[in-house]
Amino acid sequence: MMDEGTELSLTIAQIVQRLKGTNLHSQIERQAKECLHRPEIKLESLKDDVRHFLKASGWEKKLQNAVYRELHVQPPPCHPATPPEHTKEPLAYMRKAQASWEKRILKSLNSMCTELGVPLARKRPAIEQKELTNKWNEMGTDEPDLSRFRPVYAPKDFLEVLISLRNPNHDSSEEASSKSYWGLVQVPLQVRDIPQMREAYSELCLTSGQLGIDDLTHVPPDLFESEHIRIGKKVLSEQDSAAAQQYSRQGCPTGLRADLWSLILNSTNSPEDVLHYNQLKAGVIHHDLLVDKLIYKDVKLTASNDDYYFVFEDYLYQVLLCFSRDTAVLDHFSYNSATPPKSYIQGRVGEEEFAVVYPPNGVIPFHGFSMYVAPLCFLYNEPSKLYAVFREMYVRYFFRLHSISSSASGIVSLCLQFERLLQTHLPQLFYHLREIGAQPLRVAFKWMVRAFSGYLSTDQLLLLWDRVLGYDSLEIVAVLAAAVFAFRAENLMEVTSLASAEAVLADLSTLKVMPLIQIFLFATVI
Amino acid sequence: MSVNTVSCTVKPAITLQLGDAKTDTSRPGVYVIDVTLPIGQTVNIQEISFKNYYTACLTLRLLIRGEEGAAKWATCLRNRCLMPSPHTEEGSQDYYSVYRQQMLIEPDNVLAVRLILRQPSSSWLNFSVEEIKIHPCITEDPERDIPDWLSDLTHVDQLSDLQGLPDPQTVSSSIQQMWALTEVMQTNQTTASVGRFDVDGCYDINLLSFT
Repeated sequence: MMDEGTELSLTIAQIVQRLKGTNLHSQIERQAKECLHRPEIKLESLKDDVRHFLKASGWEKKLQNAVYRELHVQPPPCHPATPPEHTKEPLAYMRKAQASWEKRILKSLNSMCTELGVPLARKRPAIEQKELTNKWNEMGTDEPDLSRFRPVYAPKDFLEVLISLRNPNHDSSEEASSKSYWGLVQVPLQVRDIPQMREAYSELCLTSGQLGIDDLTHVPPDLFESEHIRIGKKVLSEQDSAAAQQYSRQGCPTGLRADLWSLILNSTNSPEDVLHYNQLKAGVIHHDLLVDKLIYKDVKLTASNDDYYFVFEDYLYQVLLCFSRDTAVLDHFSYNSATPPKSYIQGRVGEEEFAVVYPPNGVIPFHGFSMYVAPLCFLYNEPSKLYAVFREMYVRYFFRLHSISSSASGIVSLCLQFERLLQTHLPQLFYHLREIGAQPLRVAFKWMVRAFSGYLSTDQLLLLWDRVLGYDSLEIVAVLAAAVFAFRAENLMEVTSLASAEAVLADLSTLKVMPLIQIFLFATVI
Repeated sequence: MSVNTVSCTVKPAITLQLGDAKTDTSRPGVYVIDVTLPIGQTVNIQEISFKNYYTACLTLRLLIRGEEGAAKWATCLRNRCLMPSPHTEEGSQDYYSVYRQQMLIEPDNVLAVRLILRQPSSSWLNFSVEEIKIHPCITEDPERDIPDWLSDLTHVDQLSDLQGLPDPQTVSSSIQQMWALTEVMQTNQTTASVGRFDVDGCYDINLLSFT
């Protein structure tokens, strides 16, 4: 690989390029120009004095946070000869699988359009626009007839695709499979085992305080909670993204969580962000998309039926409809193995000036997609702020849960890791479940695809997502899935069918996630 | 990374294994690929780049022409790990380069390159390296002569009596700095997108296209 110096220069150049022209850039420029009036800025040491001023007034910290954010979403440095598709996904067979999965989705969407006679997108007539503007805050009261629409795909369809993933260069002959895995995922990706995770997740160890364990009612707050809250307030006053991320590993106090998460994600709610959100809202008002019906249907089927989330129905529409119009989301496709669907307006197929992306953000929602947003409604009640946080979480984490890639946080790795952990540490249980035709992944997949949203109680889910943010990885989701099986192992050993296994694991709402994860990682005998 | 490459012939891989290649049932774990230059040509190597295909580690040997025309093989890279974990996918299809500075010997006057590929894991049906390219050292341009009148301008003039005015050298250097800063600010090209998804207000789509 390139030497470190060249890699660093390249990374710096890329980040500078990305930050140029952003809001922050113009704000800092303006500040720098205005500070020239100040007496302490001298002509001979212009550069240093301006830099010093920016540091003292907190702008350097904002820039630091912005750079930190870019480092999160930048693909890892790679060889200069690497083509862009390799950056999206290095393994050729995974690219192919993702492409054919996408083709299936597009065909399905096209056939739905043709069957129902509904265009993918159209401009709303003025009356309709006015109606929608008036009804914007209560779209949930609308009861449109969505019976003809069906979700484009459900998680179980996606699971079948992942199970059929094969590396053509991998030996899957008889002698090889005898020493292979009992699980469904047959792709040899690198996943971490418990000793490696004990090192990586050292803040979760048994001797370390945790929110979710050491803040329960019977534990005196002086032991951990009060001090942790004090540190949390300090982190917020320093406005340092990296510190907030590190802090989040031991959990965020309920009262500070909203601010901490937006600090970690570097998602601001400046007037420009509100303006951007309103621009998206205008996009919703002016154009009607078929994807909107899919979103409506999804919200009605999932979040509206959920005891915790039905109150947020209106917010969900306000976020998801705008999300579909947001072209800024297209940036993440440089490191996502997926590709946004393309189309041509007015039927001008093949003419590049009329080529557009559909939907504008390139993401076709599937059954359960709204559950990525629902838990965030507990933290943010202002739509533009809620939107900004959701969008950042999507382009950092959630997109990996529904695209085929070899990434360590990707759903394929999570599935493989879940199965490996189970097979290594609960072999009897795994063997039993396999024998009765109840492959564990068939039950756990739906939890992992949604990062447990809608399955855990909300306070527990937020504690889990604290760690996802803190460790910048979805790996903990796979660990929790294995830990849940470990917890219910006794009951599962007695079941005799897939249906009864599902029944044992149907209700996770009483589970406490942090003790489960802690015990699984640090108290399992290896 | 230099874009220019030297034309060379990549010979097909030869396996190294114990026993008879035809009757042996297990797959080979070592391949040797020879890359030769056109006859008589030598190259001073700056970089060798390639794309991996499931090779775990790589050893490089160079055939170097010494004095009196005698050629000798020497190892320039020993067991460079391409896949940190040979049983798993990490690094299996990545692009790599070996640079001059990383080699054990000076890669000058090279006649041929031998790549020795190893893959200890039996999980893979095949392994190789692809798109092997040899990049030669770029020769530097000879220094051009500066015309005489240019060197005359660099003389520092004697300063006349300033009469309370600031030193012209410091003023000119700070003006230069300011000019450079304004130039930088003017040439900043923004990469931020406008955010419109429609084409001239129209976003009527009937069907998705896929090729």
